[in-house]
Amino acid sequence: MHPMRGKVAIVGAADTEVGIVPDLSATQLCIDAALRALKDAGTSKDQVDGLITCNSMAEPYMYHAEAMAEYLQIFPSYCMSVGAGGGTTFSILHHAASAIATGVCDTVLISMADSMRSGLTRDQAMAMQSSTGHTQFEIPYGPTVPAFYALIAQAHMARYGTTAEQFAAIAVSTRTHASLNPTAQKRDLITVEDVVNSRLIADPLHLLDCSLVSDGGSAVILTSAERAADFPHSPVYLLGFGEGHGHEHISQAQSLTTSTAVEAGQRAYEMAGLGPKDMDFAQLYDCFTPTVLVELEDLGFCEKGEGGPYVESGAIELGGALPVNTHGGLLSHCHPGNPGSMFALTETVTQLRHQAGERQVKNAEVALVHAQGGIMSSHTTLILSTENS
Amino acid sequence: MAHADKNLPRSTPETKVFWEGCREGELRIQRCADCGEHQFYPRIICSHCTSDQIEWVVSKGQGELISYTVVRRAVSDAYAAEVPYVIGIIQLAEGPTMMSSLVDCDCENVTVGTKVEVVFENWTEEISVPKFRPVNP
Repeated sequence: MHPMRGKVAIVGAADTEVGIVPDLSATQLCIDAALRALKDAGTSKDQVDGLITCNSMAEPYMYHAEAMAEYLQIFPSYCMSVGAGGGTTFSILHHAASAIATGVCDTVLISMADSMRSGLTRDQAMAMQSSTGHTQFEIPYGPTVPAFYALIAQAHMARYGTTAEQFAAIAVSTRTHASLNPTAQKRDLITVEDVVNSRLIADPLHLLDCSLVSDGGSAVILTSAERAADFPHSPVYLLGFGEGHGHEHISQAQSLTTSTAVEAGQRAYEMAGLGPKDMDFAQLYDCFTPTVLVELEDLGFCEKGEGGPYVESGAIELGGALPVNTHGGLLSHCHPGNPGSMFALTETVTQLRHQAGERQVKNAEVALVHAQGGIMSSHTTLILSTENS
Repeated sequence: MAHADKNLPRSTPETKVFWEGCREGELRIQRCADCGEHQFYPRIICSHCTSDQIEWVVSKGQGELISYTVVRRAVSDAYAAEVPYVIGIIQLAEGPTMMSSLVDCDCENVTVGTKVEVVFENWTEEISVPKFRPVNP
């Protein structure tokens, strides 16, 4: 058995208010998330000896984690801020796990927040996000972030016959889940027709295929499996993790339709000793609808090219074979930039504690969460469970 | 057309030969003298075999559109006048892929697999940007 399997657990998890939160700065959101997670874990800041954050676009610091430690007046033995786009949040979880397993620290607080909606103008937010392109060989052509992802969608349509309606089905099921989540930014139900009739942003992506621009923060607290028993909530154990890295710039991708989510998933499954059929639900990075479709295929939930029919079948809805993005995802819950996938992690904890109310997945015990950063560039898969045996 | 406010590429020691080529109407890419593979963007080593025997060659400038999108909402004001504009990924006949714009086309009728050829658009005294247009059969 892999030495990291089940060795650490999440013992605290919490989100700030999300959506449009103009009365809190990005720094305040980060601190608020941290304090809420500490409260959830029934512990205090003085017990934290590891701190991980990601930088904020709205209120950046040269060394963000140091600034947050100073703000909180904590003095950790392990402290860093990380940046790998949307994949940031999950990739760092296993670094923290390794630090705990090797005795570098005992209790790690991971807190991430940004104020993309209220702390930046619309043009600033757009310029910052699209700067992920290559400065000489992509950016001059005027691509937007939706345009980068549209290139993946169009290639999938050309190769496998995937349709705009199939992409739309993902937006619809995600919104239905959000309608059951009181904290979600967008809760009004939508139909496939609503999605395909919404404004085209970058063909084939319509407005409702695109995720939100939000404010918000989210935090988790990690400790060893031994220590986890001393916390008030049932621990959520990390059974497996894996990364995959294919490219930085989409014009350099080895494949537009198959990503290195394949390798990330295989590594995580192998460590956990589990496979796609063992997952009770999944949280898959959904900055745009096609991202989810490619991830479903690459993580082995359906065959390559079958993502369209799979999502149309209702499989990813609550009550389906694999409920996906039960909180409403980046498409409907919130998307404050780099911290975006943290909310998928806290939702996973909520589901595995069986505290998700109306949107609870019945008998949920094992879940897969997956995030990617860049333009399907870097991938991280985590497998979490209520049991570590 | 005003290009000055666009995101102008800035040549570096590594890419100088490429941008000078564009100014002279040549799409210059690199070829490895050891393994014969071509690459784009420019690098100090061959990304296939790690040889440092890299030479510049002039691409035929022909390729195939392997994906595209029609941008309906411009990234900034400098690009707004061109909306809707087509951005694609082109696989050159020599093998490498690159991002570019598709011009001289009906943006409502673009298809993956379209054969394309390079054209150059002069943006400033120093910078000409390679774009592609469909090759008429």
